[in-house]
Amino acid sequence: MHFFQRDIETMPRREIEAIQLERLRHLVDYVDRNVPFYHKRLAQAGVTADKIKTLSDIQYIPYTTKADIRDTYPFGLFAVDRKKIVRIHASSGTTGKPTVVGYTKQDLETWSECVARLTMAAGATEDDIVQICFGYGLFTGALGLHYGLEKIGATVVPSSSGNTEKQIMLMKDFGTSALVSTPSYAYYISEVARDIGIDPRTLNVRLGLFGSEGCTVELREKIEQAWNLFATDNYGMSELMGPGVSGECRERCGMHFAEDHFLPEIINPETGEVLPRGEQGELVVTTLTKEGIPLLRYRTKDITRIHYDTCACGRTHARMEKPTGRSDDMLKIKGVNVFPSQIESVLIAIPQVGANYQIVLGTKNYMDTFEINIEVTDAALLDHFGELEKLQKLVHHKLQTVLGLDAKINLVQPRSLERFQGKAKRVIDNRVR
Amino acid sequence: MITKQISIFIENRRGRLSEVTDIIAQNGINIRVLSVADTTSFGILRLIVDDPERLETILRENSITASITSVLSVCIANKPGGLVALLRLLEDIQIEYMYTYISQEGDDACIILRVDRNEEAVARLTEAGYHGPKM
Repeated sequence: MHFFQRDIETMPRREIEAIQLERLRHLVDYVDRNVPFYHKRLAQAGVTADKIKTLSDIQYIPYTTKADIRDTYPFGLFAVDRKKIVRIHASSGTTGKPTVVGYTKQDLETWSECVARLTMAAGATEDDIVQICFGYGLFTGALGLHYGLEKIGATVVPSSSGNTEKQIMLMKDFGTSALVSTPSYAYYISEVARDIGIDPRTLNVRLGLFGSEGCTVELREKIEQAWNLFATDNYGMSELMGPGVSGECRERCGMHFAEDHFLPEIINPETGEVLPRGEQGELVVTTLTKEGIPLLRYRTKDITRIHYDTCACGRTHARMEKPTGRSDDMLKIKGVNVFPSQIESVLIAIPQVGANYQIVLGTKNYMDTFEINIEVTDAALLDHFGELEKLQKLVHHKLQTVLGLDAKINLVQPRSLERFQGKAKRVIDNRVR
Repeated sequence: MITKQISIFIENRRGRLSEVTDIIAQNGINIRVLSVADTTSFGILRLIVDDPERLETILRENSITASITSVLSVCIANKPGGLVALLRLLEDIQIEYMYTYISQEGDDACIILRVDRNEEAVARLTEAGYHGPKM
């Protein structure tokens, strides 16, 4: 059993909670002094650091939402001078503006540490050659894993996403032993390998560090069989830091939080009240040590459950189950966060489409399929055949520009879209979970 | 020579064509000429019928998208070179699509043409001695 920081990871719960309380009090004081947004919020709620006597006093602190980050775009929630920020990341936004986060040198250090812990918990060591097949860029996935894996001494191959045949060549030539990717891409690589006459099981890949999208047990088994590897999941989001918030150990009975850096809670998403331990609800996370953009009680919108008993691996840090859904309408399509409102704003702006559309999601070969059905109501389009094809191309192009996703555009007859109590049902999600 | 054609949007799925033609049959409308253009996901059914206006109304009531357009209906000699002679006359006129059929009376072949300048085309064809079929 490998640990990156055994003493911290197996610390008695009482000690973890003592550290959390001390850091929470410091955090409240820190954001009160350095972030005008929080100064105002905390004053309205009547919360000051010295009023936090126990961890449960956190319930008096107001929640932070994605909208709060967006409303203060780009740097409004930063707690340090921009000069102290050494890295910017961002995630896709709902209205064209991304959600921006900034890291100080210390934040990058903490981030690497959190990722180092989860990769070692998953079984990675300094002997590993790890190929990172996440897209490098503004998204946190690739660079987050990159620095964490370097920290444990692994050999990192930053091959990024795409060009699958070359990925396979590198795996073969370098003897890649661990793979970082989305689960669906891992499966896809194995299929491409077979197509070009390489049995993935003959490659040296023994460990999968998967994230950025959910993974069904069925898909995990398929991937493990296809590659003869051990698959693990990890969880994170750019607002909180990126990957590194939580990750699975070899027991695979939940993802261990880095609880000395993140304080998780489960709330009822409708009422906002904190739920008793062990109940399922929306995950809310407070970043205990972040300097650049610390967040108090950030609503992740992910629905999960937390277990606090000591894991068979020896770790005492709490474990979250794989999220079973969302408390908002956000869709994760091919690993990309998409709100139906983003799609709607594109389609509404095309006069021949208007409100006559439907989003259809499915699963094919363990990958998401993304289709848009459009009712053809404009009879003028029928005169020239090319007009209909032009419309298909236009919709495809606009969605590709806004979402970065390829959608299959189907033209359907009017009134064929499923309607619910007179109202069109906009999203049909037939994906296998 | 100018006749009305009705264009109907057809989703490319099993049974859809028979659903639409069934509606036409049940309303006692006879299809004189038919053409289907298709891609992998949808098609356009083009028909010449007895009463296009009535059919358009019926289709709209059944939530089927349809539109009426004026097209040219021209008889040509049913022998080699018959089509070429006609097309030469219209060389500078944009032809969107065309389809042919054999008329019910006699040996003439008939051609349906969708062009960008109907009146000009009719004038030229009439001058050259072309005529439309008896519908």
